[in-house]
Amino acid sequence: MTVTTVEHVAAHHDGHEAGSLTTVGFWIYLMSDCLIFAVLFATFGVLAGNTAGGPGGRELFELPFVLGETLLLLVSSFTFGAAMLNLHAGRRAGVIRWLMVTFVIGAAFIGMEVYEFAKLIHEGATPGTSAFLSAYFTLVGTHGLHVACGLLWIVVMVHQLLRFGLDDIARRRLACLSLFWHFLDLIWICVFTFVYLREFV
Amino acid sequence: MFGKLTLQAIPYHEPIIMGTLVVVLLGGAALLGAITYYGKWTYLWKEWLTSVDHKRIGVMYIILALVMLLRGFADALMMRAQQAIAANGAEGYLPPHHYDQIFTAHGVIMIFFVATPLILGLMNVIVPLQIGARDVAFPFVNSLSFWLSAVGAVLVMMSMFVGDFAATGWVAYPPLSELGYSPTVGVDYYIWSLQISGLGTLLTGINLVVTILRMRAPGMTLMKMPVFTWTALITNILIVAVFPVLTATLALLTADRYLDMHFFTNELGGNAMMYINLIWVWGHPEVYILILPCFGAFSEIIATFSGKPLFGYKSMVYATSSIGLLSFFVWLHHFFTMGSGANVNAFFGIMTSIISIPTGVKLFNWLFTMYQGRIRYHSSTLWTIGFMVTFAIGGMTGVLLAVPGADFVLHNSLFLVAHFHNVIIGGVLFGCLAAITFWFPKVFGFTLNEFWGKVSFWCWLVGFYLAFMPLYVLGLDGMTRRMNHYQDPRWQPWLIVALCGALTIAAGILAMFIQFYVSIRDRDAHRDTTGDPWNGRSLEWATASPAPFYNFAHVPAITSLEQHWDDKREGRAYVQPADYEDIHMPKNTGAGFIVSMFGLVLCFALVWHIWPLAIISLIGVVGTFIARTYDRHVDYYVPAAEVERIENARYAQLTEVA
Amino acid sequence: MSDSTVAALRPPHSRWRRVPAVLALGLLSGCKMVLFDPRGDIGAQEKHLILVSLGLMLAVVIPVIALTLYFFWRYRETNTEATYSPDWAHSTRIEVVVWAIPCVIVAFLAVLIWRTTHSLDPYRPIESTQAPVRVDVVALNWKWLFIYPDYGIATVNQLTLPVNTPVNFRLTADSIMNSFFIPQLGSQVYAMAGMQTKLHLISDHEGVYDGRSAAYSGSGFSDMHFKTTVTSRGAFDAWVTQVRAEQNMLDKPAYRTLAQPETPGQPAIYANVDPTLFDSVVNQYMQPTGLGDMCGPQARPTAGAMSMQSMKASAE
Repeated sequence: MTVTTVEHVAAHHDGHEAGSLTTVGFWIYLMSDCLIFAVLFATFGVLAGNTAGGPGGRELFELPFVLGETLLLLVSSFTFGAAMLNLHAGRRAGVIRWLMVTFVIGAAFIGMEVYEFAKLIHEGATPGTSAFLSAYFTLVGTHGLHVACGLLWIVVMVHQLLRFGLDDIARRRLACLSLFWHFLDLIWICVFTFVYLREFV
Repeated sequence: MFGKLTLQAIPYHEPIIMGTLVVVLLGGAALLGAITYYGKWTYLWKEWLTSVDHKRIGVMYIILALVMLLRGFADALMMRAQQAIAANGAEGYLPPHHYDQIFTAHGVIMIFFVATPLILGLMNVIVPLQIGARDVAFPFVNSLSFWLSAVGAVLVMMSMFVGDFAATGWVAYPPLSELGYSPTVGVDYYIWSLQISGLGTLLTGINLVVTILRMRAPGMTLMKMPVFTWTALITNILIVAVFPVLTATLALLTADRYLDMHFFTNELGGNAMMYINLIWVWGHPEVYILILPCFGAFSEIIATFSGKPLFGYKSMVYATSSIGLLSFFVWLHHFFTMGSGANVNAFFGIMTSIISIPTGVKLFNWLFTMYQGRIRYHSSTLWTIGFMVTFAIGGMTGVLLAVPGADFVLHNSLFLVAHFHNVIIGGVLFGCLAAITFWFPKVFGFTLNEFWGKVSFWCWLVGFYLAFMPLYVLGLDGMTRRMNHYQDPRWQPWLIVALCGALTIAAGILAMFIQFYVSIRDRDAHRDTTGDPWNGRSLEWATASPAPFYNFAHVPAITSLEQHWDDKREGRAYVQPADYEDIHMPKNTGAGFIVSMFGLVLCFALVWHIWPLAIISLIGVVGTFIARTYDRHVDYYVPAAEVERIENARYAQLTEVA
Repeated sequence: MSDSTVAALRPPHSRWRRVPAVLALGLLSGCKMVLFDPRGDIGAQEKHLILVSLGLMLAVVIPVIALTLYFFWRYRETNTEATYSPDWAHSTRIEVVVWAIPCVIVAFLAVLIWRTTHSLDPYRPIESTQAPVRVDVVALNWKWLFIYPDYGIATVNQLTLPVNTPVNFRLTADSIMNSFFIPQLGSQVYAMAGMQTKLHLISDHEGVYDGRSAAYSGSGFSDMHFKTTVTSRGAFDAWVTQVRAEQNMLDKPAYRTLAQPETPGQPAIYANVDPTLFDSVVNQYMQPTGLGDMCGPQARPTAGAMSMQSMKASAE
């Protein structure tokens, strides 16, 4: 009896155990983040028709442009997957290379989104124009903010990989970042469907 | 440079506030002076501010709650005094603008900065001990959570002296809380203090869910988990499920106020009813977040002091879980009078009354736990009995309010105010005070003074009935809540009685602080030398009092629901193991404290629109957090010899007692 | 009903003369509480509903409280005569009973809730041989505007209604949400800006009843009360005629002036009311342009300036 418990003590806090705790914890965090998006989607659903005499989505959105953004994010999920494959193979250089590719694609996505927002505001469709546009800018902007945080995280990750190598901590954090990145991809699919496509079907 | 902040923001012309400011400044100076004089800064920093020990963080949560209780209760007394005199044309001593801030602050403080930290503190202290864990899953996050909550409380306190607080009611319904109708920084203080403390609560929720799901001692299946831990699990699942909704809702209100958006405004397509729905999607589960752990504490106390296992443990677990689930389907009962259709109102009314089924089952189970027991009349038992009687009444009036036809006349009345105080004081507050009495020795190593504990109980109980039974009557007499003054002279006698009740409660609070003082003074006479002062049943009573920082030298193997009780009965308890192992523990860190301090500056800057400062402090928050991720030495090993030394002392003491 | 009850409900001057008597009665007897002294069918049904629900629940709550206290006393540590069963913690029979009792009560309650929520739905018109009176209610900051669309008249902070006649209220607010509530007549309903809600009430006794806002709406909220005078049909018609003879007009500009924040709101009467006024108040936030000073965007800075002023006023 005593022996088994002592073994458990030793296993309790080692890297592997801590890693799985962190992943579970981060997963629960993502679920709560998902609820924030759920509220924003619900809000958008309620306010989508409230254009208050201002422009609606059909007049404002350019589907091919948004399709481009979508493709970028999908490709970035793929490149992140490649980074993770390199991680499992233990190739640090490969991980860093693919993370940087992911960063570039993510940054391009953010760039396109900023361009889109700037264009809308320039056309007079600002967040203050109507409840519909408030909901639109908030929902899409919150996703963009998440992606921007993801980009910062990638930068920090790359630096830590260079400095500390592929240790347990790096593996654990990359696993979380991977969850985060794919989660954002999933959210974007919903944004694309419920915000943009909806206007054109 | 200073945004909207000018010297005019300090309310010089309000003698009450300025008086309070002087008291706070003098008190603060005295405290800081004392720390300096006794050379305790290093101790404070190393042992408390940077601590990641779940027990210390729990204690800090409870201290925060007790300090904020004084502020929240002072607000209550001022409101009671105002309503006791402002009858029949009299204006009272508080102008509406001040009075409106007071009732808003009272609600916000009591829910977010008293009840919530009490619950979080208790769960922090007890859950890891009950499940045989060394700490929570993420000790650094735990420290961060606490300091974020504390910073939220500081922000609310600052609003009293610099600027003003929201004058909107504690849930800040728009359009009143929109910029057009609340142009001062009050609502901004409200938003940012709730956002930052809400973030802390959410992180704690995640932390404790993972702790309970993944860190139980070997052999402790879910159905061998002590009932308090069960209630903590459900509560933390609820936290994770609904605090994001609060965050999002307040963020949308922020967007309206800061970015000229139109989510809840009257104009340009905004929809205020959406806010009311969203805030209660969070708000109703929130009350179960508060009450469930108290149910757990009462269950532990009643079983321990009756000398019997809890009656119907499985029923309790199912009842707790179903309350958690049902709490998501009742939010609309907060606004039956909005003009929803009869079908919708009836559905939510029926769902609400269904919640009384598992709650009623719990009452019966406590009843049958006492049945054929040997009940010791300890003060925590008194709190429990006081709770059972009071909560039965509060639950009943709650179900009455859930009947839409009755709510059409009782909505927003003092009957409602009486109801929720009936369940929050009778349930949450009595529960937390009982739990503090019960688990105090586990943290500090000595028991609390019984005499002053009982005095406090009786003052609270009598004070509660005096203060709130009149409000039921007034509600039935058509008096609505939040009135600064009123015309009907028939209401005044009842309000005077209610003021007397509030004063009686004040005596109860005073008795509680005397109890702390006397107990600390006489601590040597009331040492808990065994670690098990009440002849307890669950795991936390198996370790020493105060619990060593690593909780258990050997993580125990669990074979039954009442592990410690069965160990004692079969002679397995208190057997010193032959050898010890190194123990892996997290290192203290100041990162949580520093991040939160930057967070405080950030929120203050956002409240006052001081953008450069906001940017700098945001960089501080993110930068500190990133810097923390570069720290590769976040844990250490306690050598087996050190563990052995501590444990030897404990067993020597046990032998001495025996 | 005793004389003093009637006295308690008369207009202020006669009531205040009897303050001491009423105070004593108020403290002594619960039946003076206005919700238990309804003056109309809706209020009476709601009183009945409250009492039935309470009775149903007390049937369980009283035994539970009694048993709690009894067990607490009976099984005290010092009572060594009582049975002590230190291991007894389960009984399927008791468990079934303790789940069944609240289930049965809630089943009764659920039926009661379903039926009464439909019969007392504020939107449900009241059946009567009398043709209903229509009143459009606008919650202003901080007073009540009552428009009688059938007569083209309007009043502020005084509501006059004929007895035994259904009243169909339509409610809205100019800006901040309020709740329209006459306790002795029954249900309250929110009045919300940009929206229109409905309420149906009836009174079966002549008298003067207090009405107020039941949803906090800012610094002038406590003064947002009004008198509801219920008179005979003849007296009501005479009152309408009298008001119509007044000179005051309530067109849209006059409404804008009236809607300025004011504490306490002064009673007023208007003989000639713009028939589209109520609808344009409800719709004022719909179009960003087209209604002059009634439209939304301008309302925002104005409202800000207004509440600033009122706040200064209350601080001084």
